[in-house]
Amino acid sequence: MPLIHIEKPGLFTTVQDLGRPGGGPLGISASGAADPIALRLGNRLVGNPEGAAALEMTLLGGTFGFPDGAVIALAGSDFETEIPLWNPIRIPPGATLRVGPTRSGARCYLAVRGGIAVELFLGSASTHVLSGLGGHEGRALRKGDVLRIGDSTVGPVRQGGPPPSALAPRKVLRVTNGPQADWFPEASRTIFYNSGYRVTEEANRMGLRLGGAALTVRSGGHMITEGVPLGAIQVPAGGQPIILFVEQQTTGGYPKIANVIAADVASVGQLRPRDEVRFERVDLATARRLLQQQEDLIREAY
Amino acid sequence: MKPPDWVRFVPASDQSLLVTVGEEIAPSVHERLRKLLYLLEKERLPAVGNLHPAYCSLLIRFNSLATTHEELEGDLAPLLARLEEVALPEPREIEIPLHYGGEFGPDMAELAEMHSMTPAQVAEMHSSAVYTAYFLGFTPGFAYLGGLPEALATPRLPVPRRSVPVGSVGIAGNQTGIYPSSTAGGWRLIGRTPVPLFRPAEQPMSLLAVGDRVRFRPICL
Repeated sequence: MPLIHIEKPGLFTTVQDLGRPGGGPLGISASGAADPIALRLGNRLVGNPEGAAALEMTLLGGTFGFPDGAVIALAGSDFETEIPLWNPIRIPPGATLRVGPTRSGARCYLAVRGGIAVELFLGSASTHVLSGLGGHEGRALRKGDVLRIGDSTVGPVRQGGPPPSALAPRKVLRVTNGPQADWFPEASRTIFYNSGYRVTEEANRMGLRLGGAALTVRSGGHMITEGVPLGAIQVPAGGQPIILFVEQQTTGGYPKIANVIAADVASVGQLRPRDEVRFERVDLATARRLLQQQEDLIREAY
Repeated sequence: MKPPDWVRFVPASDQSLLVTVGEEIAPSVHERLRKLLYLLEKERLPAVGNLHPAYCSLLIRFNSLATTHEELEGDLAPLLARLEEVALPEPREIEIPLHYGGEFGPDMAELAEMHSMTPAQVAEMHSSAVYTAYFLGFTPGFAYLGGLPEALATPRLPVPRRSVPVGSVGIAGNQTGIYPSSTAGGWRLIGRTPVPLFRPAEQPMSLLAVGDRVRFRPICL
């Protein structure tokens, strides 16, 4: 099998696919790509199944050696590098790809024709770093790691180019009501939907702590722990919201004011510390329509 | 079909439905939850993805392009209507060796003092109860154990530890639990077990499963 040598791992690079459902009853969240749209588009470009495993780079890319050559595509945020984003590129045997720091959002995917071959855990290649499961040894890549390129392709390499602008990451996240939305007094809900929140330094694949106007909860916010979905916006004592993300805890005991809609989860994956986000409420039917439109755009791109 | 009157459906997100089967932490509510989880794991509904059980509720994640909240509620109604008939497997009984106090239970002395007991009395009381694994959540293999003697109920630490050692056993409110991996955590630690709780390369991966009966046996490490 052809190989990839990790010469420099970058800041935080992991193997990711579209995640693993089925671990919930054991307390294992789905994990998967932080920007699933970019992962899918990157895989489409190189003729892979959309959910093939790729490398997810965070804020700073790495240096990757391809002793046997490969066909690759970079997808997601614009990281400094010598090859164009959103284009399949043939890497000759023995060549090295250097990817530098980001010039836009948080994450960029290195998709490789054939996918990254790692042992699957509960049917998925996704790394779940918190629990040390999946991916390459359950952890972020290190210098000296060697990965294998797989053979999962579904078609030819496609014609590249920028994806439709409607698929670009958003800074205004659309949300639906959380299960405890009515625990927040009207004044708090007004604040939540009318002020900007800053992404703090505590932002990772587990969750993103936001900073901004504090929210209050009626009755002290004491509730019985319940299952929490991806994108839940929970408000602990202190009133600063947290967006639960792909490596989230499966259950939680804090009231949830809102939930990022499925169509905007990928945008959360591109948020960086100090970015400002705002929230816009939509109803469930709108959320579904937006997701359907997004699916159509992904299928039509490449 | 109308679902039973103890069921409440709440859309938790555009791709998930929170099914609440009771309003309190109680064995009868837990039994309903186990039965619903058992049925859903046995008879997979179309478009249903991950399931997140908790004390009184089950969060069901689904593909919103394949079904809707209303359709899913309709699909669940017949399952909920026949919950009474479900015969659950007998709960397993699991004994967990536990070294109480000392360096392995850094909060033991303070917790004992809060209840005007000695650490030995806390250990005696904690190890004489039979606990029920209400659900696994938080991190892989972390079981929320109910059945803590009322006299041992203690609030969480005001400031959570950044890192709790693997195998630590803690108390939070009226529940007790074991940390399967080293994570941040605010439970008050009374001891540690050498038994691994979560081993991804083995079957079953998790020592504990929903519904298990759990006892702690005092040991010296």
